[in-house]
Amino acid sequence: MAKPLAHLRYVMASNPVTFLAFTLFGLMVFLGIFGPWIVPYDPLASTPTAALKPPSWQHWFGTDQVGRDVFSRVITATRLDLLISVSAVAMSFVIGGALGALSGFLGGWTDRILGRILDTIMAFPLFVLAMGIVAASGNTVENVVLATAIINLPFYARVARAEVATRRHAGWVQAAKLAGNSDLIILFGRIVPNILPPMMVQISLNMGWAILNAAGLSFIGLGVRPPTPEWGIMVAEGASYIVSGEWWLALFPGLALMTAVFTFNLMGDGMRDLVDPARRT
Amino acid sequence: MISHPILSVRNLSVEFRTRQGTVNAVNDVSLTLRKGQTVAIVGESGSGKSVTSYAVMRILDRAGHISSGSAEFSGIRLDQAPESQLKDLRGREISMIFQNPRAALNPIRPVGQQIADVLIEHSQATRATAREKAIEALRRVRIGNPEERFSAYPFELSGGMCQRVVIAMALACNPQILIADEPTTGLDVTTQRAVMDLIRDLTKSNGMASILITHDLGLAGEYCDNIVVMERGRVVESGTPHELFLHPRHPYTRRLVKATPHHAENLKALLADTVSPVREIDSVTSERSDSHQSGFAREVSPPVLEVIDLRKEFPRARTMRDWMRGEKPPPFVAVDSISFKIFPGESIGLVGESGCGKSTTSAMIARLLDPSAGSIWFRGKDISLFKTSEFAQGMLRAKLQMVFQDPTESLNPRTTAEQAIADPLIHLLQITDRREIRTRVKALADQVGLEPALLPRLPHQLSGGQKARVGIARALASAPDLLILDEPTAALDVSVQAVVLNLLADLKERLGMAYLFVSHDLEVVRLLCDRVLVMRGGRIIEAGPTKQVFDNPREEYTRELLAAAPRFLDGVPQ
Repeated sequence: MAKPLAHLRYVMASNPVTFLAFTLFGLMVFLGIFGPWIVPYDPLASTPTAALKPPSWQHWFGTDQVGRDVFSRVITATRLDLLISVSAVAMSFVIGGALGALSGFLGGWTDRILGRILDTIMAFPLFVLAMGIVAASGNTVENVVLATAIINLPFYARVARAEVATRRHAGWVQAAKLAGNSDLIILFGRIVPNILPPMMVQISLNMGWAILNAAGLSFIGLGVRPPTPEWGIMVAEGASYIVSGEWWLALFPGLALMTAVFTFNLMGDGMRDLVDPARRT
Repeated sequence: MISHPILSVRNLSVEFRTRQGTVNAVNDVSLTLRKGQTVAIVGESGSGKSVTSYAVMRILDRAGHISSGSAEFSGIRLDQAPESQLKDLRGREISMIFQNPRAALNPIRPVGQQIADVLIEHSQATRATAREKAIEALRRVRIGNPEERFSAYPFELSGGMCQRVVIAMALACNPQILIADEPTTGLDVTTQRAVMDLIRDLTKSNGMASILITHDLGLAGEYCDNIVVMERGRVVESGTPHELFLHPRHPYTRRLVKATPHHAENLKALLADTVSPVREIDSVTSERSDSHQSGFAREVSPPVLEVIDLRKEFPRARTMRDWMRGEKPPPFVAVDSISFKIFPGESIGLVGESGCGKSTTSAMIARLLDPSAGSIWFRGKDISLFKTSEFAQGMLRAKLQMVFQDPTESLNPRTTAEQAIADPLIHLLQITDRREIRTRVKALADQVGLEPALLPRLPHQLSGGQKARVGIARALASAPDLLILDEPTAALDVSVQAVVLNLLADLKERLGMAYLFVSHDLEVVRLLCDRVLVMRGGRIIEAGPTKQVFDNPREEYTRELLAAAPRFLDGVPQ
């Protein structure tokens, strides 16, 4: 356990941007876990008399149209947004990566059939697919996660397929065969760990996208529904108030979204440095 | 002819920052290069010879920096110059060519375009004239059909031709200095001669100075005016080839000269005086009588490997014209029905140029590739009947192992040297006790001369020679009966090569291991192999005992091959 931690410290020390990204991510995770307990107000408690108050010392981000504290809602929403994006990306990564790796390693008909399935998935716009799944099995957060996961599958599959195909004939793969490893072990135990660096970058970019997807879907009413605090819904509800001058309803959740996506993108390089053995000097 | 120095390196030291501390890669190195001169920097892997030239060109890894000393080129201090000035100098005044030509070329851009890019970048041509000048450059490096080859991609060219394209790019702007870092390692012996002759001719005709970095003392001796010998980051001796080979002063130089296999009588002669062979092998005469004896024994015991009519065809893609005619193009025959036997304890050399089918043959015998026809009998079983995937799990896998040619490519970038060597122990020999694995790995590393401190390192932290040794240790782990070696010592320094060859010979004696030794290096084949097979165009054109084939070659092609090997001090008595 000491070696990975030492390596993490080394990576963060050598690149301040990575350090910033990981710190912000750590903050987000902290808020996700402890947020609901440390917020000053109940995110669901509405006090109509205090509605639409601008930011002040009592309400740092102001209040929304039914008097709920925007700050508390933004913080509480961290957990849900992180959960949605992390689970969607994790599903995409595991399933898409596995399919792509098989496709790249076996080639032939496996590759052709899987390729056409992925093409079909890529042809679907997210909202259409999400609406389809929701119509079929109900308007729940799980279905939204499923829809996001399916949509992002092809990107991981493509990267995995290309990287595995490049390494399939490498000398060390032949050597592994000579050492008695079965094809399955070679693919998942040897080749896949080697393709993790490019996949890590893909994951970090994708996390930002997944959060935006979840926000977008809840914007149009799929998945998360009011009064549950979620950055997407908050932006949706607040959008109509910008015109009348209450800018704080949409701005702060929007800023939170922006910070989250920004953090994930910055983390991409750091993640790759953590996983890539060639970066170890 | 004393001309003033064009490059003068004085007391140069280079350091690398690593997690384990600072590594002094180069220590107090000085050398002088004059116009029209060729200087060789000779040393083992890890001696700092490449790092010295990277430091001069200021293309060091980001963890490296010049800690002291200077490098002066025509009055410009290269170690202090700003990056903008260096960018101007690189390619235009000082050019460098590297070991792996394919890695130096952009794989998705035609080669002619890449030469044109260099010309345009350094304002030697405009877009209109670049094509003409690039074709002229291709012609100068003796590439046939330069107009056609202008639009060829690197994967369509052989290794030797790619290296020539790289040379064309390096010389496109008529630089004053050419630095060649192991330009011919990995090329076969005839291509090597062609490329080195080309470099020498162009150097002379352009009035350039060049630095040749190599571990091959013979090559340095034939092509260079001055040789600088480096060991562990320091210069230990320098002088003309004549001085160094006939009167080496430093013990390291003496060891290097002794270990170079040209004109050596037997393997033991390659070893330094202080290193004793692992097991006492008596004089030359007893070795020969040994082979006679084992030859007699050989005829009686069954062969460990028998190849009968082995054939490999690769289907060719159908072009539009074939579709129209309704024909199928004839397949490309890589290996054309060859047959030979290997007896226990025998070592067979398989020589030939690149493209002759020897790698395909060894891949088929190692069962990494399925043959199209023919049979391979190993220890009494026809292993060509097994599919490649079945064989991987079978009992015979442990007894038939292979050492690969490219040490970098043959190691998993994510696993340490120790894990790589332990892999066959875990999967083939099914050893589960961690301590026993560690002991065995240490013993194997010891056998091949790999320091235990290197075992926890990853491949990118090891030098080429160290990686090659890991590959050999890994192949020996399961104590095979037949070991196929595909140019195993090509990347090794001569002194390490001497130790490894003696090790291989010793293992052959002790364990009765048989070898199939695929190589370009005829000198090594001469020393290690009992019999030799010469391959060309997928066929074995000559076969027989090594001494017979080398002293009295029957075929014209064999004579050509023998003549292409670097001549070590032609005519100078040893």
